[in-house]
Amino acid sequence: MNPVNYLYLAALLFTIGATGVLIRRNAIVVFMCIELMLNACNLAFVTFSRMHGNLDGQIIAFFTMVVAAAEVVVGLAIIVSLFRTRHSASVDDASLMKL
Amino acid sequence: MENLIALLIAAPLLGAAVLLVGGRRLDRVGHWIGTLLSFVSFVIGLALFADLLGKSTEHRTMTQHLWTWISVGSFHADVTFRLDQLSMTFVLLITGVGSLIHLYSVGYMEHDERRRRFFGYLNLFLAAMLLLVLADNYLLLYVGWEGVGLASYLLIGFWQHKPSAATAAKKAFLVNRVGDMGLSIAIMLMFATFGTFAFGPVLSHAGDTSQGKLTAIGLMLLLAACGKSAQVPLQSWLGDAMEGPTPVSALIHAATMVTAGVYLIVRSGAIFNAAPDAQLAVTVVGAVTLLFGAIVGCAKDDIKKALAGSTMSQIGYMVLAAGLGPIGYVFAIMHLVTHGFFKAGLFLGAGSVMHGMNDEVDMRRYGGLRKYMPITFITFGLGYLAIIGFPFLSGFYSKDKIIEAAFAKGGTEGWILGGVALLGAAITAFYMTRVMLMTFFGEERWRNAPTPSPAEPSVEPAAETRGEHTEPHPHESPKVMTIPMIVLAVGSVACGFFFNLGDRFLHWLEPVTGHSEGHSPVSTWTVTGATLVCLVIGVGIAWAQYGRKPVPAVAPRGSLLTRAARRDLLQDDFNHVVLVRGGEHLTRSLVYVDHTLVDGVVNGTAAGFGGLSGRLRRIQNGFARSYAVSMFGGAALLVAATLLMRAV
Repeated sequence: MNPVNYLYLAALLFTIGATGVLIRRNAIVVFMCIELMLNACNLAFVTFSRMHGNLDGQIIAFFTMVVAAAEVVVGLAIIVSLFRTRHSASVDDASLMKL
Repeated sequence: MENLIALLIAAPLLGAAVLLVGGRRLDRVGHWIGTLLSFVSFVIGLALFADLLGKSTEHRTMTQHLWTWISVGSFHADVTFRLDQLSMTFVLLITGVGSLIHLYSVGYMEHDERRRRFFGYLNLFLAAMLLLVLADNYLLLYVGWEGVGLASYLLIGFWQHKPSAATAAKKAFLVNRVGDMGLSIAIMLMFATFGTFAFGPVLSHAGDTSQGKLTAIGLMLLLAACGKSAQVPLQSWLGDAMEGPTPVSALIHAATMVTAGVYLIVRSGAIFNAAPDAQLAVTVVGAVTLLFGAIVGCAKDDIKKALAGSTMSQIGYMVLAAGLGPIGYVFAIMHLVTHGFFKAGLFLGAGSVMHGMNDEVDMRRYGGLRKYMPITFITFGLGYLAIIGFPFLSGFYSKDKIIEAAFAKGGTEGWILGGVALLGAAITAFYMTRVMLMTFFGEERWRNAPTPSPAEPSVEPAAETRGEHTEPHPHESPKVMTIPMIVLAVGSVACGFFFNLGDRFLHWLEPVTGHSEGHSPVSTWTVTGATLVCLVIGVGIAWAQYGRKPVPAVAPRGSLLTRAARRDLLQDDFNHVVLVRGGEHLTRSLVYVDHTLVDGVVNGTAAGFGGLSGRLRRIQNGFARSYAVSMFGGAALLVAATLLMRAV
């Protein structure tokens, strides 16, 4: 199967994720969309690794997974504490950091 | 003998130091110390003069090097004195007339509790003036130049409790400062041109330099001379300077300091000889001032201010002569010396009159004083005859020579300058006769004076309670005052004749200043005749106006010219409108430009950035999703730009 199709899939997944980040208010959904974008990137990396015949892309995919795991830990903690204080998981409600 | 030159200056300088530092314990003897040291300086001057006369003409220049003052790279200034025939003439005039005036002041300032300080200042003046004429380079001359300015300032404002005196002192100081700027610029130009400012090298190399530079130096020197010698356009301070005590007016503002400008021009003769344009400017300044001062002198009722106008006019003669070049240098100095005698004598006479008249200066309140002050009358009268150029008195010789020299300039210029000088002689005769008639002849207008002073609209009882405004009792001054007046009167009568005997003065001064006979279109006798005719006309008109008719005690309104001349031909109004108002407008417009343009740029930049950041701040709205949009947008832009760059 042509590896380019995987790239199309990765682009589609990234677009869905980006759109979700931009249009959804629920912090959990936004978070999942971010994960979706990260995984789309991973898919693209692995595809490129396959296409170029070296392992660089796969190594970077591992790095991305590590970073994503750490981000999930921090991000979920923030969302939980936000929900506790404001009784809402909407990102638009957390708009106090402005001038 | 050279070593004595420094002593000339040291004696009065010591006097100034002792009197000004010594304090009140010297109050009793201070004036005699000052007078003694002034006479010491005069005696040293006479000794040096005798020594100089004993030498042959070529060896009559003595120098004394004291120490190196400044030596930085090629900039080199020495404290060196130079005594030649020109400075010798000045030394004798300054110390001679100065000593007499010291003596006179002993009597004149007798009742002034600050007499010691007065003598300290007078000695300071003598020291500075001697430094000015003895200096061997322009920088040292500048020190003396500033020194006499300082002494003049201190002495004009000596009665500083009078606001008018304090103001007059400030005015003299400020106007002189303009001239001093000219001198300092001239010295800088000299250094830039010649690499030195010592008299010797500068004057001997003056001929090899470009004319433009010499003209610039000459004009700057002329500006300096205008300031110090009260020549148009910097003449306005001299009339007000009469606020000082009368001996000061006699010494500083008639006989010596105001002639420093003439000294400067004659000393720098080599520069002016090589710069005809500057020379022409000098003659024009001299001619204009000559008429200006004379016209002002005609209208003043204040005896000292009338004499001040006359001083201005006579110095105009000297400057005119100095501007004629080698034809006139000797005669400028000769008139300077004779003028030193008769004008100092006239001022001392005026002081003596004021002394006897409760310090009244208004001539309309004088009259008929010849009976009460015979010695003053005779000495003043001789000075008067000398200044108007009565035959065989000193003014006759010196002024005649200047008029001749003006005609000898040749061409149209010669006719104009000669005509102006002749006209000046007639006006001189007029205003001096007026002073003479109003003071010593006619009715005794000081009796039953209705009001103390017409300028002062005072209430009648108040005037009577003030004792000083009761009817004066004119009396002759003490001997200590009359003796200097007699000596000066003898000088006014005899020195012209003495100088002219066998062209003695000409031969004495010629080696320093150079001399050339011009080609006069009119003969000497014609000039003398014309001068005498002018003299008779001037005296005649004055007699018709002030001798035949009684003089009104309150000044009549007078013609437009008279009223203008009473206000010094509107010099102060001119200065006010052009310089003061002009300066105000200039500063105001500069402040406006500063506020609008400079501050505008600075404030505008700040406000622009402030406004911009205020707009940018709106982007920071706190919504995470809008930040995300900008992130995505930015990333998309970056990708687009990268692709675009690739494609290109």
